[in-house]
Amino acid sequence: MTTATQPLHRRLGMTDEEYGSVLGLLEREPRPAELAMYSVMWSEHCSYKSSRAHLRRFPTEAPWVVVGPGENAGVVDLGDGWLAALRIESHNHPSFVEPYQGAATGVGGILRDVFTMGARPIALWDQIRFGPLDESKNRYLFNGVVSGIAGYGNAVGVPTVGGEIEFDPCYSGNPLVNVMCLGILRREQLVLGTAGTPGTVAILLGRATGRDGIGGASVLASASFDEESQEKRPSVQVGDPFEEKKLIEACLELYDRGLVVGVQDLGAAGLSCATSEPAGRAGVGIDVDLDAVHVRESGMTAPELLMSESQERMMAFVSPELVAEVLAIASKWEIDSAVVGVVQAGETLTVRHAGRVVAEVPAASLADDAPLYDRPMRRPGWIDELWANPAAGLEADPVEVLLGLLDDPALGSTAWVHEQYDHMLFLNTVVGPGGDGSLIRVRGTDKALAVSTDGNGRLCHLDPRAGAARIVYEAALNVAVTGARPMAVVDNLNFGNPEKPEVMWQFRESVEGISEACEALGIPVVGGNVSFYNETDGVDIHPTPVVGMLGLADPMPNPPPQLSRAVEGMEIWEIGPAPSANLAGSAAQRVMHGTLTGRPTTPDPETAKRVIATAAELAHSVPVLHDISDGGLAVAVAEICIAAGVGATIVDSDTDLLFTEDPHRFVAVFEPGYVDLPDGIGRRVGTMGGETLILGQSEPIPLDLVAGTYRNAIPRRMAPSP
Amino acid sequence: MRSAVVVFPGTNCEHDVVHALSVLGGDAELVWHRETDLSEFDGVVLPGGFAHGDYLRTGAIARFSPVMAEIERMAGEGRPVLGICNGFQVLCEAGLLPGALIANRDLAFICRFVDLEVTDTGTILTRAAEVGQRIRIPLNSYEGNWVDPSDSGRIALRYVDDPNGSQGSAAAVANEAGNVVGVMPHPERGVDELLGSGDGRVLLEGFLHSLLPA
Repeated sequence: MTTATQPLHRRLGMTDEEYGSVLGLLEREPRPAELAMYSVMWSEHCSYKSSRAHLRRFPTEAPWVVVGPGENAGVVDLGDGWLAALRIESHNHPSFVEPYQGAATGVGGILRDVFTMGARPIALWDQIRFGPLDESKNRYLFNGVVSGIAGYGNAVGVPTVGGEIEFDPCYSGNPLVNVMCLGILRREQLVLGTAGTPGTVAILLGRATGRDGIGGASVLASASFDEESQEKRPSVQVGDPFEEKKLIEACLELYDRGLVVGVQDLGAAGLSCATSEPAGRAGVGIDVDLDAVHVRESGMTAPELLMSESQERMMAFVSPELVAEVLAIASKWEIDSAVVGVVQAGETLTVRHAGRVVAEVPAASLADDAPLYDRPMRRPGWIDELWANPAAGLEADPVEVLLGLLDDPALGSTAWVHEQYDHMLFLNTVVGPGGDGSLIRVRGTDKALAVSTDGNGRLCHLDPRAGAARIVYEAALNVAVTGARPMAVVDNLNFGNPEKPEVMWQFRESVEGISEACEALGIPVVGGNVSFYNETDGVDIHPTPVVGMLGLADPMPNPPPQLSRAVEGMEIWEIGPAPSANLAGSAAQRVMHGTLTGRPTTPDPETAKRVIATAAELAHSVPVLHDISDGGLAVAVAEICIAAGVGATIVDSDTDLLFTEDPHRFVAVFEPGYVDLPDGIGRRVGTMGGETLILGQSEPIPLDLVAGTYRNAIPRRMAPSP
Repeated sequence: MRSAVVVFPGTNCEHDVVHALSVLGGDAELVWHRETDLSEFDGVVLPGGFAHGDYLRTGAIARFSPVMAEIERMAGEGRPVLGICNGFQVLCEAGLLPGALIANRDLAFICRFVDLEVTDTGTILTRAAEVGQRIRIPLNSYEGNWVDPSDSGRIALRYVDDPNGSQGSAAAVANEAGNVVGVMPHPERGVDELLGSGDGRVLLEGFLHSLLPA
């Protein structure tokens, strides 16, 4: 059957069963506009129909949670009347089809999620994953995505202060582009996505609606890729950071003046979502007039208007007597606005177009009655084979291993990336990109917010539960070494095709791992996103949950630990449990052996808690703290040497122990006798000094070579060929 | 003594500039680009950002904003007029400074600390510094490459290691009278050692001193 002869619901990405549910719900044949709305709202991307049942597992409560999952962003209480809003999202499929615009509109979308809550967005973090850079297609995608993040983030005026980068062949056909945003607000500025009471007026603010991004949520984000995916380019939206900047400022002024009842951004599913969700949350109906919508092309049909994902739009719900004032503020900021609807008693969403009713459905049904799938799960048999084949030890000289790791683009300097991002705007970036966690001060207070985003597809491939727990502990340790105590998590769950039982099992195990670690640390999950169907031509990516950890330093250590504060003569300590020589899932295994086997070391919740608390404590007195993760102790010490411009000597050690990534460890560097460490908390492993890095009995490595290798890892691969 | 900090749609460094001037004891106030009377102000700063989205060309639309007539008046009267980053681009487009800013030599955005050397202290930006003084503040631009076929600008600051291809390694350029200055790196990002450098203070102090009657 060719596409043109398929029934409408299938062309919109709906299954026959889902169409049957709509028939049952409406007790009649849906009109085209109604079917369009259900198809986008019930898409995997919007409804979480395959994941919802599992996401209930997450711990979501804590005394400091103000808004948990389900709203546009999570909100937590920082004390003294300050709140933080945070959210993470993916733009994986659009970025593969069109890397610049895909990544750019991902930034735009996450910003709207945060300023919808009444918060000013103050920082962004990007987590990006690609296939190896020796393939030109991957270089093109990497360059396009970084340019898109820079082009949008810099111009919209929100600093991109960190993130992470990973390269693995599993992402060659399906790069991952995740982005996290943090905003701050005063408690009285908090706004929710509610339509209010009958009589409230719906005002559409921002860019004119066009045909871009139609079906982005259903056709693009919720299906797998094949050779014909390039035909989906018209489903990618096109962003305009200038419009978004004006929209941010206009909305913040509306909040300041207390002019809105509620606000909802227009992202996935566009107008369908921005009308039905706020109405559903408020238990009201709404009458929407599509003829009032400001458009940038003529002849758009009702389904197109309802499904369009044109960017930089917001829906404000406003009391009738304040409408004129809201329109005047929009006009001042030079953004378009239109009164497009009125909230009604009852629960019906009525849509009019060209003078007639084109849709009449229960508003809440679009969100609440979405299908819920309990998809079959099966533990893949190959996991046992991988576990039965432990990671081989490192035969090579430690010098060769270290230089090989520092030359790896995932471990080398990220300067090529982060120097393209404005990471200093707002004068709050105390610790910026390139460190463990970022530290963003809250001006006018003694507080600072620490954020670390972490993922590790290789660990999660070998053991999704232990791997997912380990990224939570790692992220928590990363914020702790800046002096902050972890307080909330957002997660972005990037997985393959959920219709495969093995993928669903990986998903369930990862959710379990994140939940167990969060429970152990007493941290709630306040929001998240699920991205399924990350497969191309039948090959799934590694399971890649990514967590964004928010920590609060109150007071902020001043100055906070920084790698550059190491000086000649300081002692180097490894704090935490003595590691095993297990290299399963490590960077050393990947770079030196090119393999991925073995069973990664499982984390220990009690140890994790103790080590994280120790780090947060020491951050107030120790000049250098550095998490031990990718590349192990040797790479952690090398990074300190590079940042400080000072060499170091590491006492003799087994090579595998220098590069193992066993969890719950960090490096502390301080003057001899400077710190009283509790007994048994760690061990001294070396001394700062000289102009070489010496690993035990190996030949000294000149610092210039260490630094040069590290700094060139990405540039030498991205340089234009001669 | 008050300075106006002009906000175009798309400007994004305005709050940082107000903060930095305030830390140094200045009295700075945001002014919307449609303002047509700056007679209450003794000097003006055009901060960084993307005025009018940088559409057509950086600064190309901003030069037609209503506030620009007042900025031209103040420049002509010898009042201090400072353009930072995007503000530098606007002043060039408006013809208040010679030359133009084009894309960086390597066609990539550059955000990092750069080392500068003071080359001319006869400007409102550099009057409190000394010739030869080294200054380390952040650069943050894509179109930071200054070209001037007329070769008529006064170069007030030079890059020690030119990052973007600017003619004469120019990082800051003044008009002949020295009262109108464009600077590509951001002095307001260099007023707090906690954020990496306090070297921008001497530059903004020069601007604040220039607000006083001669």
